[in-house]
Amino acid sequence: MRIQLQVALTHLTGRRRQTLVSLIGVVLGVAFFLAVSSLMRGSEQDFIKRLVDNSPHITVSDEVRRPRTQPAEQRWTDGAVRIRSLKPQTETRGIRGYRKKLALIEAIPGVRVAPVLIGSAVLTFAGREEGVTLSGIVPKTMKTVSTIQDKMVEGSLDALDVNPNGIVIGTGLAEKFNLGLGRNLTVVAASGASRAMKVVGLFRTGNASVDETQTFTLLKRAQVMFERPNRVNRFLIQLDDAYAARAVAQRIEAAIGDKSVSWVEASEDILSVLVVRNIIMYSVVSAILIVASFGIYNTLSTIVLEKTHDIAILKSMGFHARDIRLIFLFEGVVIGLIGSLFGLVLGAGLMHALSQVQIKPPGVSEQVFLPIWWGAQQFALATAFAMASCILAAYLPARRAGRVHPVEILRGAA
Amino acid sequence: MSAVLRAEHLVRILPGEVPVTLVKDVSLAIEHGEFICIMGPSGSGKSSLLYLLGLLDVPTSGRVWLDGEETSGYGEDDLANRRLEKLGFVFQFHFLLAEFSVLDNVTLPIRRLGRLDASDARARGLTLLDRLGVVEQSAKYPHQLSGGQRQRVAIARALANDPLILLADEPTGNLDSASGGTVRQILKDLAHEMGKTVVAVTHDASFAAAADRRIGIVDGRIDADWRAV
Ligand SMILES: Nc1ncnc2c1ncn2[C@@H]1O[C@H](COP(=O)(O)OP(=O)(O)OP(=O)(O)O)[C@@H](O)[C@H]1O
Ligand SMILES: [Mg+2]
Repeated sequence: MRIQLQVALTHLTGRRRQTLVSLIGVVLGVAFFLAVSSLMRGSEQDFIKRLVDNSPHITVSDEVRRPRTQPAEQRWTDGAVRIRSLKPQTETRGIRGYRKKLALIEAIPGVRVAPVLIGSAVLTFAGREEGVTLSGIVPKTMKTVSTIQDKMVEGSLDALDVNPNGIVIGTGLAEKFNLGLGRNLTVVAASGASRAMKVVGLFRTGNASVDETQTFTLLKRAQVMFERPNRVNRFLIQLDDAYAARAVAQRIEAAIGDKSVSWVEASEDILSVLVVRNIIMYSVVSAILIVASFGIYNTLSTIVLEKTHDIAILKSMGFHARDIRLIFLFEGVVIGLIGSLFGLVLGAGLMHALSQVQIKPPGVSEQVFLPIWWGAQQFALATAFAMASCILAAYLPARRAGRVHPVEILRGAA
Repeated sequence: MSAVLRAEHLVRILPGEVPVTLVKDVSLAIEHGEFICIMGPSGSGKSSLLYLLGLLDVPTSGRVWLDGEETSGYGEDDLANRRLEKLGFVFQFHFLLAEFSVLDNVTLPIRRLGRLDASDARARGLTLLDRLGVVEQSAKYPHQLSGGQRQRVAIARALANDPLILLADEPTGNLDSASGGTVRQILKDLAHEMGKTVVAVTHDASFAAAADRRIGIVDGRIDADWRAV
């Protein structure tokens, strides 16, 4: 064993009680850091997962971000002509040539896409009226981009294929109308077209506004109702890698010209809130380790004072100031390593206990537990932070020890 | 004979509001294998001179040569390396590390120097303890030893890296006359039989009588320098 390490260990075992208290500080700090941060990161990922799963990764809509370059600007490119207050033309009639664009998107690997025609309609049943969003879908493709199929409580999306006059509504709406599966209601579109439709499916997402206002019918039927034959106004896109959404959205928009918004762009505000939340959380959980490092500082300072004579004798023997500093840094490192080790074990235990805690989010019937993230990153972060604060805490006493001048001590002792 | 340790015009002044002069213009040449005694009244600067000769302290002015090498301008680490390799210290109070066994205390400088592996260092430590008659105590801790035994362990530790010079500050000052006599005899044998140079500060007249050379210090200066005939 290195002589400096042996001296360090001797110092620590010589002050067993104080060392133990310092150690407990680190253990608790690491465990708390780990448990809280893994819970916070777990809930964050759970949240993002829900965000990502329940909404399309990319939505292509029949809008254009920038107005087209005007003929005058094309003619005089050097800025002789400037056209101001130009608004992009809104394509009220839906996405032009959608089949070709659809094929283009489908060709991108790892991408699933569903064409949708969305419009507003009014449902009437037994004298009551409710305004709803009516989405014309192709059940086969819709199922690949949306979790709606998993939220069906009665009937199914596929029933739409069997009954072209079928409609799928949310349980919230069904409760308002007080109707159930198999009942007929009247659908009136903005164009004035009206048709009797039969409820072939009921879903519950847990989101009240979706459950009360979202309805689905066949794309063909919606095109007729909204008088837009052969048109859609949305592509809903789901990716194998949700985090590639931003890049893929840019690629799609560049290729087809229609506005493509990724979930990242659509939820920028929420994501930035999560960053702030993480900053707050890490500062709080680090605080305990910082407090623990004061304990270590205190212990090592006491040892330095107590061992001034030993330090003087080591230096008179020929130990360098660096050797002495190393001894006390080793003491910090040893406390840090042992503290982290036990802290990680205790923290993992806490995480396991937390992951057994059941929670009841709205609209979910199955058992749900507190989300805990078991990522190695958390363990590494907790250890790194503990080690950093231990070494930092040891640094000042180590520097002071390195400066002990043997002659001053010898004169004092003589 | 070549001077193993030489000092020229050593001055050591403690700076402060009232500067204190500890050593005033001391010049001195110590030959290889000499057994030297430094004597003088209390507070005359004997210890201060010893720290300068032992490269523990740096003179305010003047120069020190150790083994033909001038040490002026050396940094703290260079001086520490010279102490580690060429010098050994014994103090009045034993200054053993209380939490280390006798053997570990002795092997400390050997391991810091790092020229011997662990088992060779151990073997050398035991040899030294044996030579000083305390090998049975090797597994004990300093507080379990008598004063004389501790001082012998301290001498063993000072000899650990086979130094050229052994510097001792009142090595018998804290011992009864019997163990003081043993320690004195050991130091004398080291000089006369092992060829070490021994420089010892002492108040003890019988100690001084055993020395080859006696240097008297008064008020920070060399007052007398006798050589035994
Ligand atoms: N830190 C200090 N501040 C002021 N004066 C000091 C200091 N240390 C030592 N001295 C003075 O320096 C002088 C020399 O001290 P030194 O210890 O070298 O004497 P000494 O001959 O070894 O004495 P003793 O025989 O008592 O050990 C003494 O007069 C002492 O009072
Ligand atoms: Mg003295």
